[in-house]
Amino acid sequence: MFDAAMIQTILLTLQLAIVTTIVLLLVGIPLAWWLARSKARGKEAVAVLVSLPIVLPPTVLGFYLLIAMGPDSPLTALIGRSLPFTFEGLVVGSTLYSLPFVVNPIRNGFEAMSRRHWEAAATLRARPLDAFFSIALPMAMPGILTGAILGFAHTMGEFGVVLMIGGSIPGETKVLSIAIFEFVETLEWGKAHVLAGAMLLLSFAVIFAMRAVETRFKSNQP
Amino acid sequence: MIEAQFSGQLGSFKLDVEFTAPSQGVTALFGPSGCGKTSVLRCIAGLIRMAGGKLVVGGDVWQEGRRFVPVHRRALGYVFQEASLFPHLSVRENLEFGQKRAKRGSQTIDFDDLVDLLAIAPLFDRPTAHLSGGERQRVAIGRALLSQPRLLLMDEPVSALDSLGREEILPYLEQLHRTLSIPVLYVSHNIEEIERLADTLVLMRRGAVRAAGPIAELLADPDLPMVRMPEPVAVLDGTVEEYDPRYGLAKVVVPGGTLLVAGDLGPTGTVRRLRIGASDVSLGREASTDTTILNALPVRIDSVAPAGDTQMTVRLKLGTDGSGASLLSRVSRLSWDRLGFAEGDTVVAQIKAVALAKQ
Repeated sequence: MFDAAMIQTILLTLQLAIVTTIVLLLVGIPLAWWLARSKARGKEAVAVLVSLPIVLPPTVLGFYLLIAMGPDSPLTALIGRSLPFTFEGLVVGSTLYSLPFVVNPIRNGFEAMSRRHWEAAATLRARPLDAFFSIALPMAMPGILTGAILGFAHTMGEFGVVLMIGGSIPGETKVLSIAIFEFVETLEWGKAHVLAGAMLLLSFAVIFAMRAVETRFKSNQP
Repeated sequence: MIEAQFSGQLGSFKLDVEFTAPSQGVTALFGPSGCGKTSVLRCIAGLIRMAGGKLVVGGDVWQEGRRFVPVHRRALGYVFQEASLFPHLSVRENLEFGQKRAKRGSQTIDFDDLVDLLAIAPLFDRPTAHLSGGERQRVAIGRALLSQPRLLLMDEPVSALDSLGREEILPYLEQLHRTLSIPVLYVSHNIEEIERLADTLVLMRRGAVRAAGPIAELLADPDLPMVRMPEPVAVLDGTVEEYDPRYGLAKVVVPGGTLLVAGDLGPTGTVRRLRIGASDVSLGREASTDTTILNALPVRIDSVAPAGDTQMTVRLKLGTDGSGASLLSRVSRLSWDRLGFAEGDTVVAQIKAVALAKQ
């Protein structure tokens, strides 16, 4: 049913989703903390920037990313290599694209924590970094899990940004949604069915599993 | 000794306070809602940083000029109005949170002793969300004390509880008061709590300190608003001398006199706080012998002030020379004029009822 090329595509998609989710959490948690806690004036402008991909067509985001990663761009000069049509380029694009789906629930999680808990931790001798890891992070865990689920699922199904900056290089940038699109274009309906069905099942399984973890976590934390 | 001085602006509120508190016992910050007492407590904790401030606790400078020790480096315990237990930790983990982070070698408050005293061992396995208000607050007090503070700050710790929860927790606070060797700053707007718990009173009004001193003196001070309350009271700390089991009466020595109080108040030498309402004290020229009133003591009339149109509030000092503790009496203006009392007279105070301020 699956040929080697299909397996490669599925594995690449999973790899992209996992790496992107990790990057999203590493970037999203500090950003969400800053948005929840900072009194800086430009804060809401940053929050709007982060949320833009919700309304922006993915092709628009992809277009700007393509320009930002172009051969003459400062970014390319800075990192010394060209990102478009590479796996790393996809990770950068996917991260920006899914950022709002991760940052917003985590920010809500941090904001739900009352200021009193934070102050109580300080009066109990916890340094700010200690209080962040021992109090803020665990208390925001439901929001973090929700963010991770959304970021993962969103990256799995992403199409427009990938099309703009990734193209369709097997083993490098050819992810499931692109492969399905190509099968449909070349009228290989059978293969499209297999991949589409596999993606449906996989997405269902992932979200189901993470929800189960989340439910269990919430029941431990009344 | 705690020396605190804070002045500055908090939003539209101006705070300008200066007071000292002894290094033992409970000092209450008392005043109407909005007078700034919680802000003072937060400044002392370092939760508010007021530029113009000075704070010295037991010789350590926590704030002065540009020096400002951050909250987590101050050896203090803070009990908030809401218990603020960490919901993702068990009761035991909550208790251990501060203990684990306390400086080594400072472990003077023992885990097991405190758990016994607060009777919180049965709560260890319950999720914090399933505790009653009073139980949460007991855990919060334990958590604060196990961080081995040198100063305990309590911000209206019982005001968020219903009257049942309040009655449940006050005995624990009194018990702590007897056992703790560290000073406590206690914020409240409830005079009954203050009468039961405080040794020293800092009376606040509109962001400033109106008066500060031993509670017995301030409660009976005619210049302060407490004597104008509908039911003013005096409190006296007395030492049990002996107990007469035949009549069930204890003889208690207070500064300037001796009182008979119902009940076995503990062995000789026990210090108990007594509470005497002003309307339970009547005055006479002579000690009457044919009366059922047990306590009749010579007192000197110290000062007098009208209370409404019909009554007078009289401050008395125990003893013929007026060197003893303060007492208050509410008498009618008619009796006052009829008997021709004046400030400086030595008269006899007949005390109808003496209650214990703490059970």
